Amino acid sequence: MSHKAHIPIGPYHPLQEEPEFYKLVVEGEKVVDVDVRIGWNHRGIEKISESKSFDQSIFIVERICGICSSSHPITCVQAIEDLAGIPVPERALYIRSIIQELERLHSHLLWAGLAGHFLGYNTIFMWGWKYREPVCDIMETVTGNRQNYAMMKVGGVRRDIEKEHIPYILKRLDELIKQLDMLRGAILDDPVLHARLKGVGILTKEKAIDYAALGPTARASGVDIDVRRDHPYAAYDRLKFDVITRPEGDVFAKVVVRILEMYESISIIRQCLDKLPGGPIDSNPKDIPPGEGIGQAEAPRGECFHYVKSDGTNSPVRHKVRAPTYMNFPTFRETVIGETVSDATIILAAIDPCYCCTERMLIVDPKDKELFGVQELIRLSQEKTMKLKEKMGFR
Amino acid sequence: MGFRKRKGGVKIDDLLQNIQDRFGSKVIKVDKKNQKRAYVDIYPKDIVEFTKYILKDLNLRFNIASAVDDFDAIEILYHFAHDGSGFIISLRAIIEEKEDPHIDTITAVTRSAWWIEREIHELFGVHFNGNSDLRPLLLPDDWPKGVYPLRKNFIVPKRDSRKA
Repeated sequence: MSHKAHIPIGPYHPLQEEPEFYKLVVEGEKVVDVDVRIGWNHRGIEKISESKSFDQSIFIVERICGICSSSHPITCVQAIEDLAGIPVPERALYIRSIIQELERLHSHLLWAGLAGHFLGYNTIFMWGWKYREPVCDIMETVTGNRQNYAMMKVGGVRRDIEKEHIPYILKRLDELIKQLDMLRGAILDDPVLHARLKGVGILTKEKAIDYAALGPTARASGVDIDVRRDHPYAAYDRLKFDVITRPEGDVFAKVVVRILEMYESISIIRQCLDKLPGGPIDSNPKDIPPGEGIGQAEAPRGECFHYVKSDGTNSPVRHKVRAPTYMNFPTFRETVIGETVSDATIILAAIDPCYCCTERMLIVDPKDKELFGVQELIRLSQEKTMKLKEKMGFR
Repeated sequence: MGFRKRKGGVKIDDLLQNIQDRFGSKVIKVDKKNQKRAYVDIYPKDIVEFTKYILKDLNLRFNIASAVDDFDAIEILYHFAHDGSGFIISLRAIIEEKEDPHIDTITAVTRSAWWIEREIHELFGVHFNGNSDLRPLLLPDDWPKGVYPLRKNFIVPKRDSRKA
């Protein structure tokens, strides 16, 4: 008789873009199968968008995710601009790039903090979230909001960057660089983290391509894709930046990619502020003709994709939204099978999906009796790090 | 300039010509919207052949599929990105039988279509021949059978606030 136990994880937490429910099947310590079920917080945004005007649908998609709250709007406005062939003033393109990169910075810092917590590195959690604050401060200065910026509109942006704000932004970015150096040292130079994360949850390049994985998840598996370079939008074709890739495909590679990407983001923001041209920020389009358009943008988690179809009225006939996690998530099945339960949390977190899901993990035996709760699973992960530290002589 | 195009970039016209040369009369219409977007209309029965050619021979990346209820028919658009040259080609398969729409699955060609076929199946009622995993993805377990919320004839029911 097999001794398989089922671990239900989930289902949902209202803070995240895509709440999920997973069932891990474990034999002893080892994960042998996994099933994912999403839709627990399905709000029917594609259907709602069909009943809104084009201007309103941008506000609707802004509320898909609290973390990528500019990625969906920029993708949506680009889809509508592609549909109608609307030009965007140069200055607005640079401002869009700045907002996108600030968002990437805060999202990656938030992720690094949570990943640190799952591993028992609470200092990294504190630092990551503390250093995210200057980014949110800059966002508040530029857009008026720490989250849900409402900056994107068809034909341009809603708010301009004031001249007197530029020195402040540069000053905060200079501070952030020093803090990032510390964070990078604490993570990438730590021998215990090397031992803990290398070779764990490997996604091979072939699998990444087969599943059409996106963003840091794909780039850490050696797939050299980045919408900012490959399908340039906003001002990215006027800027210099590197696309960070790693060949290994393990959790450590995903950490390296995200940390090094933050430096690129700061460099991009500085270039944008340096080159920021004058002129209007909005081309004030009037009508949306019949037709169809596609928008793409590189969200912190990968390519965001919107398809908009219009029949000439003021609301879309169809509005398809595809968030990057939708493509990255099925890869979890490839990476977690064969690994141990104590590594399941960090492998899941490495895709950067909703952490909330991991926070609601439970282990139950086949009779549905609870064996482990979320705290125990995180404790298991943290204990593994502790044991490793002792073994390596750090304690 | 800062933007470095990858080596091996191709023109969208050449790629569309390749598809037309290869498939001939199986291509109903090619609509090049601009230098970055093109829509190719095909018959639903040829979808696997086209997908295989575009993904394996032309090395494009599957973005996603999106279904549209066109009142008379269900059309499914399969979007493919060419990352080396920065454009998207969308295959449009128009399924006329709206009562019981069928199309072959492309999951044998790419695993990346696994979830979206489940999604289109439950939201539009399209059956993907050969896909053994068409379990519901987004809707709750007690969702009534045969009700497809993204079809145009689905009216969102009013909520009885007294029961809230």
